[in-house]
Amino acid sequence: MNKEAHETDARASTEVPSDHDDAASDRNTGTEPTPRALTVHEPKPGCRSRLRTLLVPLLAIVTALIIGALVIVFTDTSVYAAFEEGFLQGIVQALVVIIRAYSAFYVGAFGDPGQILGALLSGDTTRIIRAVYPLTETLRTATPYIFAGLAVAVGFQGGLFNIGAEGQYFIAGLTTVFVGYALTGLPALIHLPLALLAGIVGGALWAAIPGYLKGKTGAHEVINTIMLNYIAFRFAEYMLDVGGPMARGDGRPVSPEIQPSAYLPRLFPGQIQVRLNAGFLLALLVAWGVWWLLFKTTIGYEIRTVGHNPRAAKYAGINVARNYVITMAISGGLAGLAASTDILGVLRFMPNAFHSGYGFDAIALALLGKSHPLGVVLASLLFGALRAGARNMQGIARVPIDITSILQGLIIVFIAAPEIIRLIYRVRQLPKGEEIDLTHGWG
Amino acid sequence: MTNSLRIGEARRRKRRMGIVFFVFSLAILLLFTPGTRADDVTTFTFVTARGMEIPIADLIFPTLVGLYLMAGLAALAGIWQFAKGFEHPNAVLGVVAGFFVLAFLTWAARGRSMNMTGMLSSSLLRAVPIALAALSGIMCERSGVVNIGIEGMMLMGAFCAALFGSLGGSVWIGLLAAMLGGGLMAGLLAVLAIRYKVDQIVAGTAINILATGLTSYLSTRYLQVNPALNRPPTFSPIAIPGVASIPIIGPVLFTHTLPVYLTLILVAGIFIMLFYTRWGLRSRAVGEHPRAADTLGVNVFKVRYVNVLLGGLVAGLGGAYLVLASVARFDQLMTAGKGFIGLAAMIFGKWNPIGALGASLIFGFADALQTRLAILAVPIPSQFLLMAPYLVTIIVLAGVVGQSRAPAADGRPYEKE
Amino acid sequence: MPPVLELKGITKRFPGVLANDSIDLTLEEGQVVGLLGENGAGKSTLMNILYGLYNQDEGEIFVRGERAHIEEPNDAIALGIGMVHQHFMLVPVLTVTENVMLGMESTRRFGFLNRQVAARRIRDISDRYGLGVDPEAVIEDLPLGIQQRVEIIKLLYRSADILILDEPTAVLTPQEVSGLFEIIRSLVAQGKSVIFISHKLREVLEISNNIVVLRRGRVVGSTTPEESNERDLAAMMVGRDVILSVPKAAREPEQPVLRVENLYVRGDQDRMAVDGVTFEVWGGEIVGVAGVQGNGQTELVEVLTGLRKSDAGRVTVDGVDVTNAPPRKITEAGTAHIPEDRQRDGLVLAYPIMQNLILNTYYQPPIAKGIRIQEEPMRERAERLVNEYDVRTPSIFTPVGNLSGGNQQKVIVARELSNPVKLTIAAQPTRGLDVGSIEYIHTELVRKRDEGAAVFVVSAELDEVLSLADRILVMFEGRIMGIVPAKTATKEALGLMMAGIKSEGEATNKPDTRREA
Repeated sequence: MNKEAHETDARASTEVPSDHDDAASDRNTGTEPTPRALTVHEPKPGCRSRLRTLLVPLLAIVTALIIGALVIVFTDTSVYAAFEEGFLQGIVQALVVIIRAYSAFYVGAFGDPGQILGALLSGDTTRIIRAVYPLTETLRTATPYIFAGLAVAVGFQGGLFNIGAEGQYFIAGLTTVFVGYALTGLPALIHLPLALLAGIVGGALWAAIPGYLKGKTGAHEVINTIMLNYIAFRFAEYMLDVGGPMARGDGRPVSPEIQPSAYLPRLFPGQIQVRLNAGFLLALLVAWGVWWLLFKTTIGYEIRTVGHNPRAAKYAGINVARNYVITMAISGGLAGLAASTDILGVLRFMPNAFHSGYGFDAIALALLGKSHPLGVVLASLLFGALRAGARNMQGIARVPIDITSILQGLIIVFIAAPEIIRLIYRVRQLPKGEEIDLTHGWG
Repeated sequence: MTNSLRIGEARRRKRRMGIVFFVFSLAILLLFTPGTRADDVTTFTFVTARGMEIPIADLIFPTLVGLYLMAGLAALAGIWQFAKGFEHPNAVLGVVAGFFVLAFLTWAARGRSMNMTGMLSSSLLRAVPIALAALSGIMCERSGVVNIGIEGMMLMGAFCAALFGSLGGSVWIGLLAAMLGGGLMAGLLAVLAIRYKVDQIVAGTAINILATGLTSYLSTRYLQVNPALNRPPTFSPIAIPGVASIPIIGPVLFTHTLPVYLTLILVAGIFIMLFYTRWGLRSRAVGEHPRAADTLGVNVFKVRYVNVLLGGLVAGLGGAYLVLASVARFDQLMTAGKGFIGLAAMIFGKWNPIGALGASLIFGFADALQTRLAILAVPIPSQFLLMAPYLVTIIVLAGVVGQSRAPAADGRPYEKE
Repeated sequence: MPPVLELKGITKRFPGVLANDSIDLTLEEGQVVGLLGENGAGKSTLMNILYGLYNQDEGEIFVRGERAHIEEPNDAIALGIGMVHQHFMLVPVLTVTENVMLGMESTRRFGFLNRQVAARRIRDISDRYGLGVDPEAVIEDLPLGIQQRVEIIKLLYRSADILILDEPTAVLTPQEVSGLFEIIRSLVAQGKSVIFISHKLREVLEISNNIVVLRRGRVVGSTTPEESNERDLAAMMVGRDVILSVPKAAREPEQPVLRVENLYVRGDQDRMAVDGVTFEVWGGEIVGVAGVQGNGQTELVEVLTGLRKSDAGRVTVDGVDVTNAPPRKITEAGTAHIPEDRQRDGLVLAYPIMQNLILNTYYQPPIAKGIRIQEEPMRERAERLVNEYDVRTPSIFTPVGNLSGGNQQKVIVARELSNPVKLTIAAQPTRGLDVGSIEYIHTELVRKRDEGAAVFVVSAELDEVLSLADRILVMFEGRIMGIVPAKTATKEALGLMMAGIKSEGEATNKPDTRREA
């Protein structure tokens, strides 16, 4: 009943611009005799146009970095002091500040090139690993980003806006850590997959709720996922609170340590400080799996069809309501893996009331990656580098780590409104291809 | 055929509501009476916080009597619903839920005493930022722009209130700066959503991230280094002469700081403006059917710009409240989800300012209750009460009880052709 | 005295399309100009220019002899131009008064609305022209015919004297149409001038003083009702003599394929859209549904194809009970469906042709192998169908959204009719298409019938139903007013039934050929 009502709403507002507008059909039918070959673009994008698709994201990143530099300069007292001495001194000091910040940033994200070169020349494995340590941190930080970004991307493909990666992360954290510490005496070969699976299931079930509600009642998933975020947050708080069911019992609001048999193996076990673990490889594997699922299988075809045109999907015999549940479950399972890899690979317990921030970052990642798994992986590597680099920037150049949020916010703005980038750099618009339409309302 | 089907549906709906009333009644009996001893006594006191001289006798009664009374009233409502049916079952549902809450309080305070005045007063204080966030959302969404960036706008408002309030040494400067700060973020939302037709949820997300980044960055850079920049003055409470000395109502409603009154005035003002003025008619038309408004010469873009900016000012006010009428300093991420709970209140209140205020009061009450329960040592984790507003919103949105319909063009960019 | 309105050389280009090509049009005071043309001929574009919703690329507009610059609706309103749009521009949740006064509100001080003043004026206007509209009513509670009157009041409230009515009869019953014509006549009698846009010949002939015919964005003829007739106008509209009959051989129906018994379907407004319908469609015959739009046809088709649930009744396809079955089960029972709104329901515009062609078979071999979708069979199938069904496209990788309407419809027809089907359900299969595509699609439907399939066609065009169908089913307010053999049906008789007047003859629930045999 409700669903019908919602569909009516959608129909009642057909005046809202859409492809079936009068003008559009005027256009379509008016040109019948002349095939519209002129406006039709190349079927398979060539190398050049592939570069062009990368252009806007790249320019968005560069622009964000430039604005970030300006923010750093304008909030640096030493620059103002230098300007009081003279204009030139001011400019020089500004450049010094920027270079110091961004080089600290670079070193933090990718390692000191000099050290890496020296280590490579020496051929000493330990030295090499130590030199590329920042890079391993970047990859480690990117790992949960990949999962969370994929989660939102799958949602986008299926026409769903999953703002709930954060909440799914909390729930999956609880399930994963529970399996991690409560089951004892299992071999790693069984325990680790079980713990990962627990995370997937926890996240998937939590995410399936808004999917189900959307399919059943038409309730918008954006609101419901936001609401469920807070419920999950409070629930996790309750579970881990001192005296809570999953608290450690030593007066600290954290879960017990997981069993070593549930650890995700570190990639360089000899080097204790290198925290990069098998989770990263799992992330790449899962990204490939998501790509395969979305673009090569009937399940993916159904998800994308529902995402592009739910009415056509219904017409084609696809169960749209069930598909919402499936899409959200896959999405939540992916978000859950972000928690699992964080806990099993790095933290090895679950702390209370920590703000992961993955929920919103993940949206940025999916947008930046154009909801394509490969794009999401690249975007995640960038964000991983941003985070890892910002930590170093804070330590060395005294630039608050929150600069990354500013950069991320700006990147979203520029990606979402590519006209701004095109305006600045005078880039021509790409022909419209298979792009995901995000502009739908609450209805 | 037609009629019989429709009547069947109506009867089912009526019965369902009746069952809900009985469930409440049963819940009171099953949840609360077993743990209550016959000689338990509940005391509700009406002490005013600031020692104002309004002597009211405490309400002391046997707990079980109170519980049976509430259960009985809920059951009566159920019987009436089955026999005759109420004209406004949803309103009665609210009343019955109220019985349940009263029963809960009666039970929670058995053998102890609970200060009802303080409780209600603190509910209101906690409801104010939620209500302001909800009002901000209403301003935007009534004209068809989804605003999930309220949180960011409030955060920016709070930051500006602290910084400029400290710099200028005046609450008024702080208040003004906060509104402008919120308005600035709203301006970004407006440009992205209206000019560039960015998906409004994406735009709101960008605003939340940007505002989080900017305020945290600037606060690390300035406020934490120089604490004098984070020491804004605060509004002091004003007892409104005359009405402030009315028992119970006076202390609950009329002994607050200026922003609290301002919020109540805004609720009424925005309600009147929405439904009785030219601006309101145009806003609603633009939010429901922008093309229709356009064909009559209403400038859809202008209406949306104005509304989003006004919404930003209101959200900024919400941020200012957190700083200037509360903790007197800015902390990173201090809004702690108030913007989102405001969104929930907006939906629960059906995009209506009065409804949103009601929802905010309920949410504020749940929040206030949660802190009291810890003191009363009630074996209910405070987290579950804090979840309540979000759960209620999901239930309302699912149409289980009542229905909340968003403006038809909410979230859809307008294209002029 | 100069004409009230004069358009000179109006030209409007959309990307890749010349929507209006130097159009001239003159409207004298107190007259009705009928603007005639097929869907997509450029009528709406022209009127949107006149109303300031679009701006012309070339050409001039003169109002009462003076050059007018109309950049936005406000300019048009100021010049006394008003328009009733094809899709009503009414806010459903607001009242009549609120809708009418919007943009031109009567206010007290501080912008407070003065609803009383506005309501009084609305009542005055309503009384003067006999419109019978209650100013306090909420729009969504009103029937479409009344909503249209609210639209007219909106214009009169703004003292418009040039009224543009865009396809005003599309949603009306014949009675409502004659009511509308009376309103138009009384408007004209009081000095208003009207542009009446339609693609229905008879209506234009009946109401207009002058008729202007558009085709593909150009004026192809200008005439008066006295000097013209339906056939001439039709020829002008489509550019050649219309083929009023679809070539088809007589054919004996075989056995019932679609059986519908006592079907009740609730519509969106909670009223019964389909109110107790019983009929059969036999293999080897085409049953056409005639009726004014909005009399339950859409809901009926939606139930038959699984897109909507019925409240009571039974539907079987070739003996399989598909009552309230999901769409896939109905498809697998042997049903093909050409949906009413092809872009909204039938296609994923962003997908390439290739992927649109597997929409109903993607999960079956040879396209699917397990859960994998196999590239090769998908491509082969697409290449084959694009050739077989004459889809004009650069490649099978072209997004369907880039194709013309006719080619989009061919993609749907190719997908639906290339499988062996027992029942074909086609809703408005030729709406908005050019004549070539219309003929093609008619031929395909007749071919399905000749192959022995049952074909069920719903169309708003009475001519299409008459020429295509073997039997005609007329719907009015969700009920079947009669089922008549196409051979013996006349437009007049059908028109009466469409208006809700039962025919005297017995409704035939089964094909008539058996009786002949």
